[in-house]
Amino acid sequence: MTPVRVSLPHHLRSLAGVGAEVAVEVDGDPSVDAVLEQLERDHPALRGTIRDPDAGRRRPYMRYMACGRDLSLEPGGAPLPGPVAAGEEPLRVIGAISGG
Amino acid sequence: MASVRVLVGTKKGAFTLTADGARRDWRVGGPFFGGWTVMHVNGSPADPDRLWASQWTDWHGQVVQRSDDGGATWAPVGNGFAYEGDPGTHLWYDGTPHPWEFNRVWHIEPSPDDPDVVFAGVEDAGLFRSGDGGGTWTELPALRTHGRGPDWHPGAGGMCLHTVIIDPADTRRMFVAISAAGAFRTEDGGETWSIATGGLRSEFLPDPEAPLGHCVHNLAMHPDRPDTLFMQKHWDVCRSDDAGDTWTEVSGDLPSDFGFPVAVHAHEPETVYVVPILSDAEHYPPEGRLRVARSRTGGGEWELLERGLPQRDCYVNVLRDAVAVDGLDDCGVYVGTTGGQVYASPDAGDTWTAIAEHLPAVLSVEVQTLP
Repeated sequence: MTPVRVSLPHHLRSLAGVGAEVAVEVDGDPSVDAVLEQLERDHPALRGTIRDPDAGRRRPYMRYMACGRDLSLEPGGAPLPGPVAAGEEPLRVIGAISGG
Repeated sequence: MASVRVLVGTKKGAFTLTADGARRDWRVGGPFFGGWTVMHVNGSPADPDRLWASQWTDWHGQVVQRSDDGGATWAPVGNGFAYEGDPGTHLWYDGTPHPWEFNRVWHIEPSPDDPDVVFAGVEDAGLFRSGDGGGTWTELPALRTHGRGPDWHPGAGGMCLHTVIIDPADTRRMFVAISAAGAFRTEDGGETWSIATGGLRSEFLPDPEAPLGHCVHNLAMHPDRPDTLFMQKHWDVCRSDDAGDTWTEVSGDLPSDFGFPVAVHAHEPETVYVVPILSDAEHYPPEGRLRVARSRTGGGEWELLERGLPQRDCYVNVLRDAVAVDGLDDCGVYVGTTGGQVYASPDAGDTWTAIAEHLPAVLSVEVQTLP
């Protein structure tokens, strides 16, 4: 099983106590939902910070990107792009670029 | 020698300010949770090493962290705040029904006698309890049902339950305040609630004396006088001597009776503090002078304390949870501003010193008196 590389924004790295990328091991063909579910199991502090903890909805200011594509609006169960599943490219969890 | 630890929540992180009992030399700790909006940090009276912090951002939502070593290290605890059952709707700004949605924790109130019990006042307004140190949270839903929750509507800052007071002599007795619903009391640990707004008058309401809709900004109680409450309302400073059943205005000679916080002296139940703000439209002090108002008569007659506070060109605000008192003798008073200053008075308000001057906007201040 090849781990999926997940890139997290600054605040979530600090919260989970991890580096720029986290390796997430998922059974079968990895999807956004499967990777995030395993990520939350591995790092419970992240529960609710990317997705709604009950409904699983993506938080409004969060996006999922990989291989030059925005996956945010695609079905959560869709297979991730091949290079992400193969561990060659990361799945990027990105916060909206704004602030104050 | 006794010492004090001031817990400061700001728009961009949390800080601790510590000093010995003389309260002259201060050390700044932090930032903790840098970049997060820290709504409130509070410590357990039963175990002063146990602290909780409510941190939040629009991006990542609500996180609660706990320290068991006085703030040296922190770890996330539970952040699941699910309303009991179908919470239904409350009123929106335009008067239409709006679904109840959890947004964030405004206030954390630890039990006076059990370090594992802690309450959270949240937006949209609800009261949650944890009996396992913050690991899991359960709503006390009777507040919404007995308090006529579907008739509540938000204040400009959201529909938030921002004040929780626990009677230390009987911890089943609690008071909460909600903007802009009003004040509520339970005598049985949250199983039943009564509306505690008798006698309040708010001119912006269609019926100024309606039981619901008052924008209560803050409540304060001295632990030796659990039936006496002080209130800073949207306008008006008020007191009640029957646990909130009836209120009397005690604004007296204040330069403005608009403001956010209210606090009571640690040893003098009739000594009260508020911070006058010019108006509901201009959230800064009258005349550009930051003055803390102190009444030694339980309201009515107020003196304006200004020694050491900025007396020109000052246009900061002091938010509802940003005034606290310590338990030393003389009583220390602490005031945090939206300009990032924290002022301390070691003599009950007579003189003030800035103990932090360049923090992010201060949202909350609590103080622990340590042996």
